[in-house]
Amino acid sequence: MTEEIIIAGFGGQGVLSMGKILAYSGVMQDQEVTWFPSYGPEMRGGTANVSVIISDSRISSPILHEFDTAIILNQQSMDKFEKAVKPGGVLLFDPNGIVNEPTRKDINIYKIEGTKIAADLGNVKTFNMVVLGAYLKAKPIVKMESIRKGLEKSLPERHHKLIPLNLEAIEAGQSKLEEVHVL
Amino acid sequence: MGELRLMKGNEVIAEAAIRCGCDGYFGYPITPQSEVMETLMVREPWDETGMVVLQAESEVASINMVYGAAGSGKKVMTSSSSPGISLMAEGISYIAGAELPCLIVNVQRGGPGLGTIQPSQADYFQTTKGGGHGDYKLIVLAPASVQEMNDFVELGFELAFKYRNPAMILTDGAIGQMMEKVELSDYKPRMTAEELDAKCGSWATNGKKADRDYNIITSLEMDSDKMEANNLRFQEKYRQMEEEEVRYEMIDCEDAEYILVAFGSSARICQKSVDIARAKGLKVGLLRPITLYPFPKKPIAELAKKVKGFLTVEMNAGQMVEDVKLAAGCGNSSVPVEYFGRMGGIIPTPGEVVEALEQKLIEA
Repeated sequence: MTEEIIIAGFGGQGVLSMGKILAYSGVMQDQEVTWFPSYGPEMRGGTANVSVIISDSRISSPILHEFDTAIILNQQSMDKFEKAVKPGGVLLFDPNGIVNEPTRKDINIYKIEGTKIAADLGNVKTFNMVVLGAYLKAKPIVKMESIRKGLEKSLPERHHKLIPLNLEAIEAGQSKLEEVHVL
Repeated sequence: MGELRLMKGNEVIAEAAIRCGCDGYFGYPITPQSEVMETLMVREPWDETGMVVLQAESEVASINMVYGAAGSGKKVMTSSSSPGISLMAEGISYIAGAELPCLIVNVQRGGPGLGTIQPSQADYFQTTKGGGHGDYKLIVLAPASVQEMNDFVELGFELAFKYRNPAMILTDGAIGQMMEKVELSDYKPRMTAEELDAKCGSWATNGKKADRDYNIITSLEMDSDKMEANNLRFQEKYRQMEEEEVRYEMIDCEDAEYILVAFGSSARICQKSVDIARAKGLKVGLLRPITLYPFPKKPIAELAKKVKGFLTVEMNAGQMVEDVKLAAGCGNSSVPVEYFGRMGGIIPTPGEVVEALEQKLIEA
């Protein structure tokens, strides 16, 4: 099994940390992982993306031009990465701020109202965990137990009290994933 | 088995330095390697192992602090990125001329000039052919994974002390910024004063004892006969490195008709290119130089006798291709050696490499 994922959105949405938690979950269940960020002078509000590869075998290139899954969180990223999903792959997006919804018919498209669900949970910062939950519903590539361990490893100890809230957000995302059929 | 972590390449350099008993780090921040010193400052190893971590006022100061500390036999290092390494070039030449061990890490970015902060391999010439003035060589290790960022810190120090010569880890922003699973090395204590004296007492300025003469650290020798003798000794050392220290990896080369030659992050991309090419029925292999100096000439010369062509893949305008041509041609082979690369911080994709291979070698 090899899963190649791009997570793309605005800086500040938790794109990089979502990728890190996912990658750490892979490590926790003894898989090979790479986490490759776009790095640059961008700050909060600029674009940010990270590609994560989780595999049962040695990973060759950490730099990819097509993906099994694209998790897309703003319009710029939709314009750039919708076409980079492999045929038969998965595109997951949050409609908040998306003007042009995806149109491809050869991929599986899912929607998650991440911004709204996180606000309903009472903490908008859990947005990225809601989206992660939705992704894991569409593609359960890591076990929930590994995600919990991944959260423990990637969050500093002073933030460990927030782990139950994050798990709650992941579960909310899992239960509220919507499949989108392009007509 | 060592501790398993998910870390950035840059963070691993810092962690590996602490764990291998490094005595001191002197540096100045520059993207994309700033996490090296940042990690050291967060880890505060001065409380744990006694390792000194110092942010100098410039790269020039950093390398000269390394020079001074290396002269006392201590295990010391610095790190920077391309423009910063250019500033250090004078000091590196002095350290090589004074025959001192140290470790320098270059997390390359695109140039020339201030260039870009994105990854590049355009410092190959600077690193393997000189950089500073005079006839000197660095031992150059090119990691292709975060795991090798860990492993090559200890290896770099080991080789630097074995040859009393500066060693460099030549990596780039991609591997520096990327996180992978890494098995960290176990802790080794720093050298005690007695161990240092036993290992380096014949040359280091670690305090003159009554039973030995002064040790003097200098690269200056005004007597030309003596200076030529020094140079001959350096050259003899470099020939020994060429005999004993060549390291490389071959992937799918046994039945290959075409060989990709690539180091560092380019080699990772080429591993995928090999898979893509093989799936298309093309017999392609990868030779990955791990030491860029000494360069793996012999395996290339051997392959040149049986393959149809080489393609070097580099994130520069074609630098290592010259060494591959020299190595492939040394058996009077006329096998074609082509180059493909991207510059300015652009990373080639695995698919682009296969296209270049088809255009430049297979269909040509």
